Amino acid sequence: MKIDKNTTLKIARLARIKINNNEIADYSKQLSNIIDWVQQLNEVNTDQIEPLKKIVEIPATFKGDEPELKDYSQDILENAPEKIENYFVVPKVVE
Amino acid sequence: MENEFSSIDKLLKLLKENKISVTEISKHFIDKIKKSEIKAFIHFNEDNILDNAKKLDDLKSKGTFKRIHGIPIGVKDLFCTKNIRTTAGSKILKNFIPTYESTVTSNLLNEGALFVGKTNLDEFAMGSSTTTSYFGSTINPCSKDKNKKLVAGGSSGGSAAAVSANLCLGATGTDTGGSIRQPASFCGVIGIKPTYGLCSRWGIIAFASSLDQAGVFSNNVKDASILLEIMAGYDNKDSTSANIKIPEYSKNLSSNIKGKKIGIPKEYDTENIPEDIKINWMNSKDYLQKNGAEIISISLPHTKFALPTYYILAPAEASSNLARYDGVKYGFRSKINDSLDAMYEVTRNEGFGAEVKRRILIGTYVLSAGYYEAYYLKAQKIRSLISNDFKEAFNKCDAILTPTSPSEAFPIGEKEDDPIKMYLNDIFTVPASLAGLPGISIPFGNSNNGLPLGIQIIGRHFDEQTILNISNNLEETI
Amino acid sequence: MNNLIDGKTGKWEIIIGLEIHAQILSNSKLFSNSSTKFGLKPNTQVSLVDAAMPGMLPVINEFCIKQAVKTGLGLKAKINKYSVFDRKNYFYADLPQGYQISQYKNPIVGSGEIQIDLPEGKSKSIGITRLHLEQDAGKSLHDQHPEKTYVDLNRSGIALMEIVSEPDLRSSDEVALYIQKIRSIMRYLGTCDGNMQEGSLRADINVSVRKPNEHLGTRCEIKNLNSIKFIKQAIEFESRRQIKIIEEGGQIEQNTMLFDSNTGTTRPMRNKEEAHDYRYFPDPDLQPIIINEEFIKNLSESMPELPDQKKQRYINEYSLSTYDASLITSDFDTAVFFEKVLKVSSHSMKNPKLVCNWIISELYGYLKKNDINIHKSPITPDNLSKMIGLIIEGKISGKIAKNIFEEMFYSKKDPTDIIKEKKLEQISDEGSLKNIINQVLEKNTEKVLQYKSGKDRLLGFFVGEVMKLTDGKANPSIVNKLLKEKINK
Repeated sequence: MKIDKNTTLKIARLARIKINNNEIADYSKQLSNIIDWVQQLNEVNTDQIEPLKKIVEIPATFKGDEPELKDYSQDILENAPEKIENYFVVPKVVE
Repeated sequence: MENEFSSIDKLLKLLKENKISVTEISKHFIDKIKKSEIKAFIHFNEDNILDNAKKLDDLKSKGTFKRIHGIPIGVKDLFCTKNIRTTAGSKILKNFIPTYESTVTSNLLNEGALFVGKTNLDEFAMGSSTTTSYFGSTINPCSKDKNKKLVAGGSSGGSAAAVSANLCLGATGTDTGGSIRQPASFCGVIGIKPTYGLCSRWGIIAFASSLDQAGVFSNNVKDASILLEIMAGYDNKDSTSANIKIPEYSKNLSSNIKGKKIGIPKEYDTENIPEDIKINWMNSKDYLQKNGAEIISISLPHTKFALPTYYILAPAEASSNLARYDGVKYGFRSKINDSLDAMYEVTRNEGFGAEVKRRILIGTYVLSAGYYEAYYLKAQKIRSLISNDFKEAFNKCDAILTPTSPSEAFPIGEKEDDPIKMYLNDIFTVPASLAGLPGISIPFGNSNNGLPLGIQIIGRHFDEQTILNISNNLEETI
Repeated sequence: MNNLIDGKTGKWEIIIGLEIHAQILSNSKLFSNSSTKFGLKPNTQVSLVDAAMPGMLPVINEFCIKQAVKTGLGLKAKINKYSVFDRKNYFYADLPQGYQISQYKNPIVGSGEIQIDLPEGKSKSIGITRLHLEQDAGKSLHDQHPEKTYVDLNRSGIALMEIVSEPDLRSSDEVALYIQKIRSIMRYLGTCDGNMQEGSLRADINVSVRKPNEHLGTRCEIKNLNSIKFIKQAIEFESRRQIKIIEEGGQIEQNTMLFDSNTGTTRPMRNKEEAHDYRYFPDPDLQPIIINEEFIKNLSESMPELPDQKKQRYINEYSLSTYDASLITSDFDTAVFFEKVLKVSSHSMKNPKLVCNWIISELYGYLKKNDINIHKSPITPDNLSKMIGLIIEGKISGKIAKNIFEEMFYSKKDPTDIIKEKKLEQISDEGSLKNIINQVLEKNTEKVLQYKSGKDRLLGFFVGEVMKLTDGKANPSIVNKLLKEKINK
């Protein structure tokens, strides 16, 4: 098994997904199967190969520096689960 | 009239000749959608459709007639639509109402499209069956047995099924590894995924940014050409959008393929594909040859590595793209309020379905310290090799002909306990996605069970016209 | 400069490296069109892109690329023609995307170096490791509610340059000089306003200690300091803390620290979590940044004179001392002011040292006392130049000039008007001065006799009496001359 229970818990923590105790074994097995399967890439020697940098050869798009002065606060707060005045609100963070 | 209601071209003619109004059209389709049992749509608002139909009739009476004036179009629920709920098929966005309209749907609306509803999809476009949606599974209208309902394919299964059942005349889709072409094949309709960068990604909920591309479903090649030329176009809000002039696909459409070199990749001829699919593929080749195309055997040596490459890269990008669904700015938030992290973890556990979580975890793993080189970077290098394979091949041919999918539509519930088996659905569509190439699936022939099969034609970057023309030829043949 | 500090077990060396986060001067954000204005109502300068609404995409602000390259040229650094934006993935309330767009493996600017000016005219070279572009996060307010944190995304997406130094710094004083120098270069270039109060310039400080010539110790990073005073305090405290631990037989734990400005102490961040794993990968929404030779050439041709060049020129052309030249060039606005004063009249052009002295010894003091930036100085370069002209022409004395200077500062008036209004013009007319001298001598016949009998120093007394009668306006050299003529007759 490529991915043991501790690894599963570690990546779930990184991804901020809560995994219940009774699910850990299942997840570990599924993830291991997938990782085992993608291991077949090791058959390819890529020592001299550069990773793909551009999918399609097109020039990059840039924007100018002119600010748009529109106030979008209504738009961005519209769907917020919790807000007060013009703020998003989350459970207290301790630094 | 049913025949007239199956093609954009014909319907536009009736409208122009004042033989029908947009309101009448809308009523026809509303009625069909209401009676339909295939669950193609997640949201459908009758009043809205009628309101918009009336507006389009008013416009027309004032002398404005747009390119797809009053044509009923379904929109995959991955496109953000202004003031219309947009869910990505996920609980985490079940109440999300965008205040903005995606560029592609905007382009369609500007040309008079009448949106009839938001179509079902696999959650966040992750799947090949449209069964991972929080809103239930879409049923393939080609299902023969009432007790054995078939999947519509995915992830754009709702759009494919809606067009197939004539609940609309065209529908938008997105394709990351086959999400337009595979359901098109399963539902017996046309589905085109254009070149990466042809359609703007702005306003489309992201799955894997380097692969996602919008495209369209239709009942015939002409309609696909009309819709694609409207949806496509440069957008300065998308850094990967191509600043090119969009050809007039529908005007240039031809079925003359004389002298066109069509490549048959030998690596696609694997022992794993069912015999009927293989025979059908060879039949399509013979037809094209008979119609004047030159058939060439080609090699795409890294084909077998495309799928594992894809299943590293797409989840890696997805794990990052889906980080924004954290219960802070929009969407579902769990009631757990003990700490910010506890809120995140429970929100994301409850808000995402199993397949999405699986892919986020895989993506997180392949990017994490110690594994990045072995998985993510390795996959990016192999992506280079796959892209080069196609470059080489296109020195020898103008288009590549393959089956769209290694299977016909399968029953709902099948393959669900084995993710890898499900992933194998994309085996023929993923390579072109990795290389950013345009691909189309055109209905051609049937399986031994009498279900539709699709043939995929892959073209050079930005050479949609060639694959449309070849499709057009195949279509005339049928 | 000996930077070693004493511990109980002998001398210690402090090793310091910095990551400076400098906000790029631009009108709009790095990847969106939102304005970068400071201090407006929460969440009013947040576009759909900055709030990471579903389906939103970043587009690079080309001006910010130019600003970064210009800064790189100012740091004499290598400009990378191929650079990449990566995603740095982590979750935080004020990071709406769930990742920060930054540059990891391929930064836009590579290694460079700057000179810092040490006391006694010495200088030291400090290596720059790299400069990369990244977007700022929003702001979390933890003190508005007992159980909640409030989030304001106005800063979210603002363009930052992270300038990473080599661990070449050895004391808090060197660190202060280094920051001042970087800030000065960026202000000259117009790429960052360097305003630490508004958060336009912040620094993370890496501190470790070692016995001289031994291996590097374990370092701790003090996060997000926004004043030079705090930075110095934090380094002093942190280095002492580390020395104490080691001297007591302990080991330094690699940690991220927070500085408490109320107590002047550092403490480890409470929210340590698992070791960070940022899972950097190239942002697939953006293409690599490819810069050509011409792009760099155009920018280098548009580069202004930088502080070190200007300092050298002032030394050569204006014969300023190294100390004065580096003082007056350290701030761009001051140098601009100085040059404007010189340009106004030939008097000031011929006396740059005098102009420099008035700025450094008088103007600085008034500006500081009243918390005014020199580019808003109530004394304009024009008026300062006029005043200096009046001194040189002998119309006012240096002493009177100081009074006039104060009056100019608070009333913003022209010095010639002040002189007229207050009748402060120096009396140089020999006729009227002779009258006054006669009065003084008649009143003090006894002292005149004493003077004549050899008490030379009484001359000063007579001059003082003349000054008293003229409210200090008498031209002292003429008074001296006339007095001598009169008494010695």
